[in-house]
This record gives sequence, C-alpha cells and structure tokens, in this order.
Amino acid sequence: MAKKVLMKGNEAIAEAAISVGCIHFFGYPITPQTEVAEYLAKRLPKVGGLCLQAESEVAAINMTLGAAAAGTRVMTSSSSPGISLKSEGISYIAGSDLPCLIVNVQRGGPGLGGIQPSQADYYQATRGVGHGDLRLIVLAPSSVQEMASLTAQALDLADIYRMPAMLLADGALGQMMEPVDFSAFPKRDVPEKTWATVGHNNARPHNIVNSLYIDPQVLEDSVKARYQRYAEVEKNEVQYEEFMTDDADIVLVAFGITARICKSAVTAARAAGIKAGLLRPITLWPFPKDAISAAADHAKALMSVEMSMGQMVDDVRLAVNGKKPVYFYGRTGGMIPSVEEVTKEICSLANAL
Amino acid sequence: MTTTMIFAGSGGQGIQFSGKQIAKSGMYAGYQVTFLPSYGPEMRGGTSNCTVVISDEEIGSPSVVSPDIAVVMNKPSFEKFAPRVQAGGKLFLDSTLIDLTTDREDISVIPVPATTLAEENGLNGFSNVILMGKIIKETGLFKYEDFVEYLVASIPPAKAALIEKNTKALELGYNYTV
Amino acid sequence: MKTVFDRPHALCDVPLHYCPGCTHGIVHRLVAEVIDELGVEGKTIGIAPVGCSVFAYNYFNCDMIEAAHGRAPAVATGVKRTHPDNVVFTYQGDGDLAAIGTAETVHVAARGENITIIFINNAIYGMTGGQMAPTTLPGQVTTTSPYGRDRKIQGNPIRVCEMLSTLDGTALAARVSVDTPKAVINAKKMIKKAFQNQLDGKGFSIVEVLSTCPTNWGMSPTDALQWLRDNMIPYYPLGTYKDIDAQEA
Repeated sequence: MAKKVLMKGNEAIAEAAISVGCIHFFGYPITPQTEVAEYLAKRLPKVGGLCLQAESEVAAINMTLGAAAAGTRVMTSSSSPGISLKSEGISYIAGSDLPCLIVNVQRGGPGLGGIQPSQADYYQATRGVGHGDLRLIVLAPSSVQEMASLTAQALDLADIYRMPAMLLADGALGQMMEPVDFSAFPKRDVPEKTWATVGHNNARPHNIVNSLYIDPQVLEDSVKARYQRYAEVEKNEVQYEEFMTDDADIVLVAFGITARICKSAVTAARAAGIKAGLLRPITLWPFPKDAISAAADHAKALMSVEMSMGQMVDDVRLAVNGKKPVYFYGRTGGMIPSVEEVTKEICSLANAL
Repeated sequence: MTTTMIFAGSGGQGIQFSGKQIAKSGMYAGYQVTFLPSYGPEMRGGTSNCTVVISDEEIGSPSVVSPDIAVVMNKPSFEKFAPRVQAGGKLFLDSTLIDLTTDREDISVIPVPATTLAEENGLNGFSNVILMGKIIKETGLFKYEDFVEYLVASIPPAKAALIEKNTKALELGYNYTV
Repeated sequence: MKTVFDRPHALCDVPLHYCPGCTHGIVHRLVAEVIDELGVEGKTIGIAPVGCSVFAYNYFNCDMIEAAHGRAPAVATGVKRTHPDNVVFTYQGDGDLAAIGTAETVHVAARGENITIIFINNAIYGMTGGQMAPTTLPGQVTTTSPYGRDRKIQGNPIRVCEMLSTLDGTALAARVSVDTPKAVINAKKMIKKAFQNQLDGKGFSIVEVLSTCPTNWGMSPTDALQWLRDNMIPYYPLGTYKDIDAQEA
C-alpha cells in the first residue's frame, strides 16, 4: 500500500485533479473552498499547468467553458453563493456538450448565508443549476479519500459522457483532514475530443461549439439526443453504499458528511437493539432510486437525514413511491447534526413504528 | 477502540497544531484518524478548536459533542467543554491560564501549568507541546519514543531549528508531575 | 481571366443575415481578409457574442465558440491560456462588451491577455430591436429611451478605447470607422495590427469599429453613414488611444 498523507479535503480535491491530468483551474476565492485554489496556485506552475484567479465567478466558469471547448481537461471550484453565479455558465457548458468539473464546497444559505457546512444546494445541484433541460453528474464524497477519488472519477465521467460533472461536498469535508492514498484511482478510457475547437489546421471543416438553435425542432432534437446520453449515465453510473440494510427495519438515507454521522448513529441504535441501516447515495444524479425502492420493500420506514430543510427527501419519496413511510430529519444554516440527536430520532421512530 | 478528542483555546496558542500532530501521529501509528477544525473568522484571534478521532476501525462521524479527552487552554473553552467530557474521560488544562474548577467527579482533571513551565524554560509559545507531552503520558495513545519521532518528522527542513525546542517541551510535559 | 476580387477563404460561403446597409458585413470581410493574409485560419479560434453577430460562428471558417452574453473575453481567456500558440479573437457588440460584459472586458485588458477583440459600436442594441446601448449618444432616441437618452436618467455613454487605454495590459486600443473606402482601408490596417500583435505576443489588442444600424436607427443606409459622421465620430473620435509600439518608438 502506498504511503498515506494527512490532508485537508480541499487539498485532496486539488491533488487528485492534478494526478489525473487536470492541470488547468479557473476560480475565485470564497470560504470554505479557497484552499483548492491556494493549493493549485502553488502546485500547477510546477507541473506545466495554470491556476488563474478570475475577476468573478461568472468569468471563472466562462474561462472554464473556453478551456473545455478547446479540449482541455479543466475544473473550477466554489462554494454555494459562487455556484449561483456560475449557474449561467454551467447551463451553457451543458448546452454546448462540454466536459468539465465543478466543485461546490457547500456552506449555509440562502443569500450570503454563513460559512459553516451545509447540504442545502441539493436542489440546485440536482435540479436547478442553470436554465433549461439539463443534468449534471453529481458525486457526493463523504471522506477526504473520496474527495480525491470522486474528483478523479468525475473528470473521467465528464469526458466519457461529454457533460459537466459536479463534486458536491461541504465545508466540513473541505476543511477536515484524513489520510489519503492517491495511488489507486481506477482509470477509464475516455473518447478523443474530435469536436474541440483547437484550430482545424486546414485538415477538417471548422468545429463549432455552440448552444444556440433558433429552429425549435432542431433544438428539441439536440436536447433529446443529450437526454439519450443522460439515460446511459442513469443506466451505467449509479453508485451507493449500504451499511447494515439487509435486515434493517429503519433505513436512513444520507449523503456526504451526514452519512458519516448516520453511520455512527446506526451503530449506536443497533447497540440499543434497534435494527437500523444506512443507504448512502454516492451519485446524487443519477440517484440510486432502484436501490432505495428495494430497501423500501423490506424496511418498515425510511428516514432522510440532511443538512438542509429537506431536499433529497423528495427523491427518496419518489423512489419509495408510497410503499413505506418516509421521514425526514435535518439541521440547516451550518449546524451539523450530532450522532446523539440522529440516534434519538431513530429511537423515537422505532418506538412509533 | 475509538478515542475522541477536542482541543480548544485561543487563536495563536497552537490548538490546531496540537490536534493535527496527534492526528498525524495516529496515522503514522497505523490508526484511522480524522481531524475536523473550526474554521472561519475565529481562526484569527478568537476561540479556536478542533476535533480529533483516532480509531482502529472505520470512523463514522468526525464531529463529536462529548469527547473522551478535552484539552483546554483558555477559560471559555474550559467552561464550554468541561461539562461535555464523557464520564470516565480526561480533561487536560493549562492551569496557568485557567483558575476555574469543575465539580465533576466522574472525569480525571489534569492541570498542567504549561504557560509557566514554558516561560521558566525558555519555551515561550510551546505550552501546547508541553500539554501534548502530558497527554501522551496519561493516555498511553502512543509510545513516547514513537511520538517524538512523529513530531520531528512533521517539522519541515526550513524550520529544523525548532526541533530542539519541540522535543524539550514535549519531554517537560511528559515528565511533569504535580 | 484573372480573379481580382473574391470571397476570403476565412469567410464561409453562406448568406449573412445582416440587414441592408449594416456594416457588420464589411467588418466580417476585413477580419477574414486579415486571417487569410496572415495565414492563420488553421490555428484561429473565434468567439462569437450574443447580439446581432451571434451567428458569426457560421460565418468564419475557423473553429468557433458561441459565448454567453458578455462572456466572450472570459471564454477567449480559457482558450488562449490553455492553447497559447493558437490565435484567439472575439467579435462583440456594444451591449455585449460595454454593458453586461464590462467586467470581463476590463479584466481581460488588465491581465494583458494576448488576444484580439473586434468591437462593433453602433450605439444601439440591434438584435433585440433597437434598445438603448451603453454607447447610445445623449439625446439619441431608442425604444427604451423614447424621449432621447437623458444623462440624468440613463447616464452617460462609455468611451471604451479611452477607458481601456489607461490599463497597463493593453497593447493596442484603436477606434476606426468603415463609413468611407479610405476608412475601410485604415480599419483593415488596424485589425491586421491587432492580430499581428497577438502573433508577436504583445498582449491585449482591441479595435473599436464605429458602425451603422440603419434598421434600428430608422434611416436609409446612406443617411445612417452621414449620421455616424455627424454624431458618433464627434463623441467617439477616431484614432489610436494606445499603441505600445508607438510608445516604445
């Protein structure tokens, strides 16, 4: 086993990106993700790359678009308010079929909100980041190791499906340190970027990267073609982790840092004689709806636990489709639910069942 | 076996360094570890704290309300965390800076006049390392020799001059008795 | 028989959608001629804006990217910084460059990005049908300044070349016109210099072209050219506002 290093989550994202050949970064400072840019600003010039601080989030995402259009493996990162600013560019990137990685180290909102960890951008990431019919591949790490490994995966997935991918983390994951091993990211084959605008060199017709289709029939056709690719992603790329769900009466559904807390709470509940389990979506889009539906077949109830007022719970309900009751427990505004309070929720739910 | 620790004090006292050093040592010793800092404006002069979990199995929550061990270096941190230490747990404090007492009898309170010891021994700014020495002694988390090695390993070459003071401070804390 | 006039190779053989009398066509041709003359079509990437020239990606024969409104300089930065050996230009109108994209414009110049901007100033929003632009003249009637642009209400126009010439990153900031054959020849000279600067690694170059919009100005093409001479040139004097070559010499 390669030697592990103790690293901040934000730094792990940066180092992982470099390790899979993403050496171009455009960003803008915002707490609690700034270490991504700081780390890259130090490292990228030494590996022939570039870390450019843009004048705004808006400019940063459009620089990302330009680099992606020119066939470069590229990323940008921000935190919640910055992602709102980037959402215009993300829509254009999706509409132009460009691959890139967008990192959101979430903080509390709405508005300027706070700087403590949050998961309240779930809707934004999975529903509303930018106008129009579009999807992002959304990966939700729950450890510093996954901050690294899912960054590497996201860049591959973006290239394979020619679409933007988002790493949806939070301030706790960004700031916390854990040992990371950078040696073992599985590499996938990615297609050649024949569509890239790198100069035709008088050898082919000109490439055009564009999201404008004035004829509605042509636009509908282009969106439908993109949705066929989305269907492939839904078929092939769902990822989740199950913990003690086999015989569970109560199945918690949680992602990211919250899933860590829920894991401890499940263990505590089991010690108290309650059959609890945890299903952790790793991909938030595509959402592991089949796995959740299957869990609902044998569980008595499900409970979505989130650092928000209840957003993913909608997807859990859609997946369960009325088969079993779905409950919600959450903290928001930067408050992290404690193991004790989640355990208490499980116990009171167990009593009520 | 899982050990949860909270380090708390004022910005500039080396709270984050202590937490990070214990976490890093845990990693070197082959344990699973997490280090969760408080972040934001409090980094710059306000209260500072961090949570460390060391375990021989996969760590669930990196955030802890009631730690097994609390290390406090100012009064507000004592007031906040003394009531939260798990029954049977340990509370380390810099008794130069904290003249408060707790009526809890279910925890071990371990006062170390770290700031005074540092001043008397030309180790200003190393009171956090003195406390670390005592923590190693009282918790048995690490072998002393191993911990010295980990501490030296994490001092960058550019700051090699600090090795002597760090090891001296650690030894002072390790050997301190009331 | 010898061919004395032909379509430049860098201009696609497709009908342009511009209105009769609009000067976009002339500027397109000048840019294409320059790309041909410099022999750089194969390594050029153009960035089209949102505005009347939104379809420029269909007209230039080089690789093209369509940007969001105002963001072309940021997109160009992304291309140029990852492919410094390519030639990168944006083609933008006044609303795109001097209103919604002001920050991108100023900062691309401040950074001295080694790119070329062709800026079409016709003092009006053409694509959306004649609204007030950041360069609309005081007193000028548009659909959103129906009583004439009132400085007290709608503020003052922006002189882009003058503003950008104050920035250290700007290598060339020049304002030209295409209202006479002589002006067209001069415009081409400046556009060529703006591209040559990029090839020579001199940094940010912008050529502002005063243009007509007969449709939205509500004039015949010839009246529009006269209106440009009588009203725009006095407010936006032609000339070179910054040229690092001249400063060095």
